[in-house]
Amino acid sequence: MNKKVSLLKKPAVQTLIASLLCIVLGLLIGYVALLLINPAGAWDAIQSIIKNFWTYSKHTTQIKNLGNTLVKTAPLLMCSLSVLFAYKVGLFNIGAAGQYVAGAGACIYCAVALGWNWVFCMIAAILAGALVGSISGVLKAYRNVNEVISCIMLNWITLYLINTLLAGVKEPTSNYTYSITKRLVVENGVASTVPNPGTVLPSLGLENLFNNNKYVGLALPLAVVLAIAVWVLLNKTQLGYELRATGMNKNAAKYCGMQDKQNIVMTMAIAGALAGMGAAMLYLTGIQQWSVTQSSVPSMGFNGIAAAFLGGLNPIGAIFSSFFIQHITDGGSYLDMRVYSGEISDLISSLIIYLCGFVFFFKTSLTNAITLREDKKLLDERRNKEGGKAS
Amino acid sequence: MGSEYAIEMLGITKRFPGIIANDNITLQLRRGEIHALLGENGAGKSTLMSVLFGLYEPEEGVIKKDGEVVRINDPNDANALGIGMVHQHFKLVECFTVLDNIILGVEPTGKFGLLKKDEARKRVLELSERYGLQVDPDAKISDITVGMQQRTEILKMLYRDNDILIFDEPTAVLTPQEIDELMQIMRNLRAEGKSILFISHKLAEIMAVADRCSVLRKGRYIGTVNTKDVTVEELSAMMVGHNVNFHVEKKEAHPGDVVLHVENMTVASRAHKNNAVKNVSFDVRGGEVVCIAGIDGNGQTELVYGITGLEPLVSGKIVMQGKDITKASIRQRSLAGMCHIPEDRHKHGLVLDFPLDYNIVLQRYFEDHFTTHAGFLRRGNIRKYSDELIDQFDIRSGQGSATTARAMSGGNQQKAIIAREIDRKPELLVAVQPTRGLDVGAIENVHRHIIAQRDAGKAVLLVSLEMDEVLDVSDRILVMYEGEIVGELDPKKTTPEEMGLYMAGAKRDTAGKKGA
Repeated sequence: MNKKVSLLKKPAVQTLIASLLCIVLGLLIGYVALLLINPAGAWDAIQSIIKNFWTYSKHTTQIKNLGNTLVKTAPLLMCSLSVLFAYKVGLFNIGAAGQYVAGAGACIYCAVALGWNWVFCMIAAILAGALVGSISGVLKAYRNVNEVISCIMLNWITLYLINTLLAGVKEPTSNYTYSITKRLVVENGVASTVPNPGTVLPSLGLENLFNNNKYVGLALPLAVVLAIAVWVLLNKTQLGYELRATGMNKNAAKYCGMQDKQNIVMTMAIAGALAGMGAAMLYLTGIQQWSVTQSSVPSMGFNGIAAAFLGGLNPIGAIFSSFFIQHITDGGSYLDMRVYSGEISDLISSLIIYLCGFVFFFKTSLTNAITLREDKKLLDERRNKEGGKAS
Repeated sequence: MGSEYAIEMLGITKRFPGIIANDNITLQLRRGEIHALLGENGAGKSTLMSVLFGLYEPEEGVIKKDGEVVRINDPNDANALGIGMVHQHFKLVECFTVLDNIILGVEPTGKFGLLKKDEARKRVLELSERYGLQVDPDAKISDITVGMQQRTEILKMLYRDNDILIFDEPTAVLTPQEIDELMQIMRNLRAEGKSILFISHKLAEIMAVADRCSVLRKGRYIGTVNTKDVTVEELSAMMVGHNVNFHVEKKEAHPGDVVLHVENMTVASRAHKNNAVKNVSFDVRGGEVVCIAGIDGNGQTELVYGITGLEPLVSGKIVMQGKDITKASIRQRSLAGMCHIPEDRHKHGLVLDFPLDYNIVLQRYFEDHFTTHAGFLRRGNIRKYSDELIDQFDIRSGQGSATTARAMSGGNQQKAIIAREIDRKPELLVAVQPTRGLDVGAIENVHRHIIAQRDAGKAVLLVSLEMDEVLDVSDRILVMYEGEIVGELDPKKTTPEEMGLYMAGAKRDTAGKKGA
């Protein structure tokens, strides 16, 4: 009995329970929504969302599609790291989406227009994300501009700037940029492309594990390593100590001589760098090209917020929550489009994401319930003892 | 009207995770009496009042009004039962007038929601005359004295026809003269049949004004006594559980070299356009305690901000141990041996969501002992150091070093700050209201630490609003009024009354800014 209680009191266990509860509730409500829209296909629909790549009967196809989900998990994880890192320092980085866009633009431009090696493309993406992030940081630190407002505005500013920049490297016949494996060469006003495979992230032989899914490679292992690095930075280092102190109480940080303003800028720069790097992890696989006419900010950055919360704002938890959110997002694409409209998958995932907000609610309720029970026991014991003494 | 009691709280038990804040507490307020509620910080007074106002629901116990069991679910219910409270920190809208504040929430309105202020003004004037509460209904809150703000709060309760009045530590912000006035007001209210609950830990005031006194200690009910039948010593023993030495024992001071030299310092105010500190000069020597006395809001806060580097100076010079530190950063000042016990422990003193050990090393986490060269924290050393200080300074908390600072009582939070600052071996200790919110036993302890620093030859600059503390602890008193030092007094020769005159601006030294 005692052992069980102490296990339940562990924060990690509590977060896990709360997160799982959110997922189950989200799926249930999603199922109810599907029932309301069209009862006939509801059970199939919820199954395909949960199944994702298991929809396929052939093992090799399953594996290949699992690879696709993993490829997209890496950038999502980076965005969620960006959000949770800033959040731990007391800043709400809703600008991960814009920083991600900046990173995408920088790495695609450097690959296609300049023909750089993937390492430098990725560094460019990191710097671009950091730059956009630090703008919000500077505004917050020196002008007390709420970071949520400046982030949202910067999301749009960045999107259109990047669209404009990448319009210079788009295919003449479509709205999409050239594949990153090609380099654009303009000679005497005539544009042509030459192959340039050095821009693609190395696969490290991982593609063989996923039935030659050529997009699988360095990205996910790198993102997982960074998740661990973020955890170490926040919890084990002097910098993490300073940043968290600044985030929790700016005045106390100033009082004890920390550079509170620089710390805020640095936090946003690091958060931006993480999101920008996430974009490089996706676009440098070549799995997607950028549409220069897109008029909405890619959802990756926003899903990062959900993944961060579902993972209990813990970098390690974010690894799993990012995979899960990407899993159901992809699962949505297997819905029967004759029964439900395509947006249904977004609805289900957003329901789960919405419920992620309750992770902390569940967690606190759980803690309170346990401690109150223990207190009551203690109180009774104390009274009994005294009662004994008095009589 | 079957009961002699206006309000009874019987067998109240309220638990929070990890703490039993109220354990079977009984409080019975007779009609037409002044009843003191005495207890140290963390004794459960605030929780009990929150239960009375419906902010917390108790696990056990009942509340009775005039002998009838009542349910109070929120402050509106309490108000409907005629219960009103003057909070320690006033709940007034600064940019509204006195009258606007009094009618706030119960505005008399006519057709189309138009305010009928004339009626309200008439009633307020009537009430203020009847109870001797002098206020100017049309003055803005930001322009009037703290005493008048408090009278506004009292009028708020009377305007709502409350007949059970609760005063939460009402004298903390007042001058001695204003305290006397308040005591008289409370007696007037009693004479008019109001029942008063007076929350305090100042024994002299309780003895002076209360009829009965209920004592809480560590969340438990100790007893209720008639103040006529007990002595101050007995009351204090009930409150802390052992006998307390009231007077601060200290040897003769032996002032040495000047440690802190402040010259023509001017600091801007954040609240208004004028400077908060105006051209102030003084010295603090090693081996002496210099106390800045004055009523809250006369520039003491900004004076400390200027010295510690939290605010830049408009003009002037600060020299510490012969070195000009006017432009030095906070960290540089701190490394030079300036230690600062801040006025607001929640705003500046602690990172409330950090565990205690992280707060203990807040001023020295960057030292080699606590951080490796690669920038990793040495958590083992941090924990060990924190455990040592917890032991040495008797800081009590649920889970020792691992306790979140937010979960600690105010007194223990303050102890943690004092431990942290004093253990840094200061050359200059700047202590701002170091005993605010502490209980008698803890105050004695803090004073001992301050005197020990002095006796070790360190310079101490103490900022205090407490008259007793100023007179007991300091070797020299500088009184601040409206941003200037208006007088220098010798604690051995002056009286509270004389200090009060300086503090209220009624008297000032012709010589003006004096230095040692």
